[in-house]
Amino acid sequence: MKKRFGMIWPSLMVLAMVVAIWWGAVALTKSVIFPTPWQVVTGTLELARDGTLWEHMRASLFRVAAGFGIAVIVGIPLGLWMGWVRGAFLTLNPVFQILRPISPIAWIPIAILWFGVGNASPIYLIFISSVFPMIVQTIAGVHTIEKRYLRAAENFGVTRRKLFLQVVIPATLPQIIVGMRIGLGVAWLVVVAAEMIALRSGLGYMIIDSRNAGNRYDLVIAGMIIIGLIGLALDRIMRLLENMKSVRWRYVH
Amino acid sequence: MFTRTKIEIQNVRKGFPGDDGRLDVIDDLSFTVGDGEFVAIVGPSGCGKTTLMNIVAGFLAPDSGAVLVDGRARFKPNAKGVLITQAGSVFPWLTVRENLLFGLDDSRSDREALAREYAELVGLNGFENNYPHELSGGMLKRAEMARALVVKPEILYMDEPFSALDALRSLRMQNELLRILARERHTVMLITHDVEEAIHLADRILVLSPRPARIQAAFDVPFAHPRRVSSPAAQALRVAILKELGVEFTV
Repeated sequence: MKKRFGMIWPSLMVLAMVVAIWWGAVALTKSVIFPTPWQVVTGTLELARDGTLWEHMRASLFRVAAGFGIAVIVGIPLGLWMGWVRGAFLTLNPVFQILRPISPIAWIPIAILWFGVGNASPIYLIFISSVFPMIVQTIAGVHTIEKRYLRAAENFGVTRRKLFLQVVIPATLPQIIVGMRIGLGVAWLVVVAAEMIALRSGLGYMIIDSRNAGNRYDLVIAGMIIIGLIGLALDRIMRLLENMKSVRWRYVH
Repeated sequence: MFTRTKIEIQNVRKGFPGDDGRLDVIDDLSFTVGDGEFVAIVGPSGCGKTTLMNIVAGFLAPDSGAVLVDGRARFKPNAKGVLITQAGSVFPWLTVRENLLFGLDDSRSDREALAREYAELVGLNGFENNYPHELSGGMLKRAEMARALVVKPEILYMDEPFSALDALRSLRMQNELLRILARERHTVMLITHDVEEAIHLADRILVLSPRPARIQAAFDVPFAHPRRVSSPAAQALRVAILKELGVEFTV
C-alpha cells in the first residue's frame, strides 16, 4: 500500500507540469480565447453552483447506464451461446465481423431516423458500440477454456445446467470482465460524441453549447476534464470486478 | 488373486494422421485389470501411454478394438472411473469445498458431509474455503484426489499423477494413496515413467514397447505393503524392468 502511494508522485508531477506549461503558454501568448487553468476552475465552480453541471452529468451517465446495461444483458448470453454452440458461431460471426468495424458515429443518422432525437438514439448508439466487444471477448473466453477442465466435468457426468453454471461461465468470467471494461470505455466515448450532434443535454452537449454560446472555452475544457475523470472512475469501478475471489485465479502466477 | 475382471482392453488400435502417412500409436493392445487390482503401465516417453489412458478412460475412441468395463463396452467417460492427470484439473474458480461438491448430485442430502469427510481423508481440513491458487502443488493434488474419491468411483485412472511434484512430495502422495486404497478398495490403472513408483504401488506392472505400443513384458509385484523399494528383491525387479526399457546396468 505504501509502495503504491509512492508510485503516485511521478504522475502527479507530470500533471503539474502539464498545467504549468498550459498556464505559461496562455500567459505568454496573451490569448483572449484560450482560458488559463484558473479560469477553468472558476468556470467549473460556476456550473456546479447553478446546477447545470450535475444535470449534464446525470443525463450522460443515465444514457451510458441504459445502453451499456442492455448490451450486457444481450451481449454476454449471446457470446456464451456463440462460444459454446459451433453452429451459432459459424452462422452469426460473419455478420458481426462486418458490423463491428462500423464506427458508432456512422450509425448516428440511422439512429435519429429510427429513434428520433430523444434519449433512445444515444442509448441505441451506446448499445451497438459496446455490445460487440463484449460478444467477442465472451466468445474468446469460452473458446479458450482449457480442455482438462471440460474433460473433468465430462468425467463426473454432471448436468448441462451444472456444466454451464460451475464450469463454462466461471471459466469465461475473467474474459467477460475484460469485455465489459472495453464495452464501458467505448460507451463513454460514444455518449459524448452522440450528445454533441443530436441532443440538448449531457456533457457532450455542454461542450458544444459552451462554444456556440459565446466562446466559453473555459467550460469546453472543464467539460473535457470532467469527461476524462468520469471515464477513469468508470474504469476503476469495472476493475473492482477483477478483485472478486472467484476470478482472482486468472491474475495470479 | 483377482478373480473378477474389471477392465478388459481388447485388441485396441489407434493411429493419428502424421506428416508422412498414418502414425500408429497403439498396435493391437490387449490386457485385463482385475477387480481391485492395481496395474501400473510403464513405457518409454512418447510410446502412447497417455493415448492409451484416454482410450481406456473413455475420452478417445479406438480405431478398432474395444474397452470393456464390467463386461460392457465403454464409449463415454463416466463417474465410475475418474481420471487424474499430471496437469490436474481442480477448477481454479471454485473453492476446495465447491470442487469436492462438484461431482456429487445436488439432490443428495449427505453431500456436504461427504465433502468434509474426504477433505479430512486427504488432510485438507481447514482449507475447504481456500481457492486452488492459494494451495501448494501437493495440496492441490490432494484436492484432486479427494474430488475423485468423493464420488466413490470404482476405478481410478492415474496418468503420471505425481510427476509434477518434487521427489519428496511424490513419495508422500504415494503413501497417501496406499493409505486410502487400504481403506477403499479401488481398481487402479496407473501410467508412470517412474519404475520405483510402480514397484512401490502396483500389484502388476506392464511394460510397453516403443511406438506403436504393445505389451512387451509383464511383472507381478509379490511384495506385501508397506514395501521397501530399497530391498534386494525390489531392486532386482527394478533392474529387470529397466532392462526391458533398454537401460542396462554395467557392474
